[in-house]
Amino acid sequence: MSEQLNVPTMAELMAEGKQPDILFWVGSAGSYDDRAKKITKAFVKLLNKANVNFAVLGTEESCTGDIAKRAGNEFLFQMQAVMNIEVLNAYDVKKIVTCDPHSFNCLKNEYPGLGGNYEVFHHTQFIKELLDSGQLEVTENTFKGKRITFHDPCYLGRANNEYDAPRDILKKTNATLVEMKRSRNTALCCGAGGAQMFKEPEPGAMDINMLRTEDALETKPDIIATGCPYCNTMMTDGIKFKEKENSIVVKDIAELIAEAKGL
Amino acid sequence: MGILSNILFAIILFAGIGFFAKNVKSLFRNIKLGKDKDISDNKPERLKNMINIALGQSKMVKRPVSGFLHVVVYVGFIIINIEVLEIIIDGLFGTHRIGLSVLPTSVYGFLISTFEVLAVLVLVAVVIFWIRRNVIKIKRFLSSEMSGWPKADGNIILYFEVVLMSLFLIMNATDLEFQALSSGNVISQFIAPLFSGMAEGTLHLIERSAWWLHIIGILVFLNYLYYSKHLHILLAFPNVYYGKLTPKGQLPNNPTVTKEVMLMMDPNADPFAAAPETEAEGEPEKFGASDVQDLPWINLLNAYTCTECGRCTSECPANLTGKKLSPRKIMMDTRDRLTEVGKNIDANKGVFVPDGKQLLNDYITPEELWACTSCNACVEACPVSIDPLSIIMEMRSYLVMEESAAPTELNNMMSNIENNGAPWPYNQQDRLNWKNEA
Repeated sequence: MSEQLNVPTMAELMAEGKQPDILFWVGSAGSYDDRAKKITKAFVKLLNKANVNFAVLGTEESCTGDIAKRAGNEFLFQMQAVMNIEVLNAYDVKKIVTCDPHSFNCLKNEYPGLGGNYEVFHHTQFIKELLDSGQLEVTENTFKGKRITFHDPCYLGRANNEYDAPRDILKKTNATLVEMKRSRNTALCCGAGGAQMFKEPEPGAMDINMLRTEDALETKPDIIATGCPYCNTMMTDGIKFKEKENSIVVKDIAELIAEAKGL
Repeated sequence: MGILSNILFAIILFAGIGFFAKNVKSLFRNIKLGKDKDISDNKPERLKNMINIALGQSKMVKRPVSGFLHVVVYVGFIIINIEVLEIIIDGLFGTHRIGLSVLPTSVYGFLISTFEVLAVLVLVAVVIFWIRRNVIKIKRFLSSEMSGWPKADGNIILYFEVVLMSLFLIMNATDLEFQALSSGNVISQFIAPLFSGMAEGTLHLIERSAWWLHIIGILVFLNYLYYSKHLHILLAFPNVYYGKLTPKGQLPNNPTVTKEVMLMMDPNADPFAAAPETEAEGEPEKFGASDVQDLPWINLLNAYTCTECGRCTSECPANLTGKKLSPRKIMMDTRDRLTEVGKNIDANKGVFVPDGKQLLNDYITPEELWACTSCNACVEACPVSIDPLSIIMEMRSYLVMEESAAPTELNNMMSNIENNGAPWPYNQQDRLNWKNEA
């Protein structure tokens, strides 16, 4: 952890007359939420390790507006989108990577209609590419014999049909990949989507993240792997509620790969 | 009887078809009450979807038991209906089994035996369906929205099929000439002994009655569709054709909002000149949906297509954890309200007279709408490409943009985004602080 992270901003690079290959969209959770910040840092370590020429917007980044749109506030969403697009286009951004499937979906599918056309990657897709191209290697056996179950984020899976990238990465770690009964396109939501993260749930028999945690526990995992900061929070809460936090860890794929690399 | 029965047949046939045509017209008019939406893109892909998903039942078989049984009834129903062609010709022209005069006996026998076998398979499948609905008590058929008419409707359809298939077999079993052919009666030869010992005249009467009831039953069933969830046998095809092709996660951007936002962001726009110009276009557009007329027409087609199978609801995380939201109920409510609006228009000479009701609150409550996680499980589960999520999102839009009626926590979240560009009250200047935190 002592190693300093190399996180250039677009403004800094521009001042030096440089252009990064890809923009890392950190997102609000990745910037402010204590748990999600660890995911952000783990992903940056991987980017640094693979010598990826990237940059962040830093203080020029703002909420994508995705949550506002799902909460019904189309006006606020479009205001945010248009402001962000102005910044992104001013820096001539072509490629974006993000650890948040909600930002991923919004930037990839909903920004083009408002003038923001970028090639957008989820960080699991990007890590897979780094591994496939040999820019990053995982040969360590950190997870050998460990049972890992992957919880599909709705906005990566069903919303955008990406089920394989996260699994392909996990397979490279020599871990035992175990699937929940509801997985891939029938995966159960963690309960945070559609702006639920920011409100109390409606009255019901139980919270959604509890049901999903039970799905995960059935696989008797050592690790629950996630690919979304909100899913991570929901599953972490679920594991704590089930008093399993001493035997099961909930970690993002970026964190697992950083760990496997001893970063 | 002779010619008289031919005339009677023609009258019944054309009345049945005519009444059905009238219902189809109402159906079209009601669907068109929805907002315009151009869905004329990607024709080849749409056709492919229609062939795979609707014709090929590819999503039905995701659940193997109900999927397989459904394929049996579906294939049986379509193929057996070829027989209706013969019945219509016979009925109109007073012939008897015209197929025998135009086809070699072996070919005719092969066709009828296929129909007979399918009829038995359909009967078996329908009995299992009835047991699943009424005896085994499968959870998705027991939800609160499935009591009363929807439950009765489901059973009535099954009874219809039992009666129609039985009549077809009885009609063949009591047809002495046909039985004498000893070709094509693979099933009915075992039913024929039940009628042995009856006088020839009685048998003929039973055969004629079965024949008449069969065709009348089909016409009644055809007209029952409009009042039933069973419309899916027709609407599944256009519904899948017009289904969403963009990624499931993509919600449409409202173009009216875009116009306004672009105007606000344009440094060269004259804030004083712009306002009256847009006002002059008439009443300002309503954001989102509070009633069926505010929804795009495709949502209304979706609603009529829904056959209440409940696969959506059985996958919905909110419903699974005991919340009030049920995507199936969203579709049923939309259809029921649309039917109500349609009746209102019929009763008022083609004009909708406000009835003090709307889809929001009178049918769908905000509690249901706010329970949605937008996870798309319902959309994924639907075997005929219905999109309940888009209705939920349209109605949330109305609640927030027209009534400012979001839950308090969401209002706080949204004012944070407005003020500091994040859903939490953190300073935008602190966005990169993580970089230097240990």
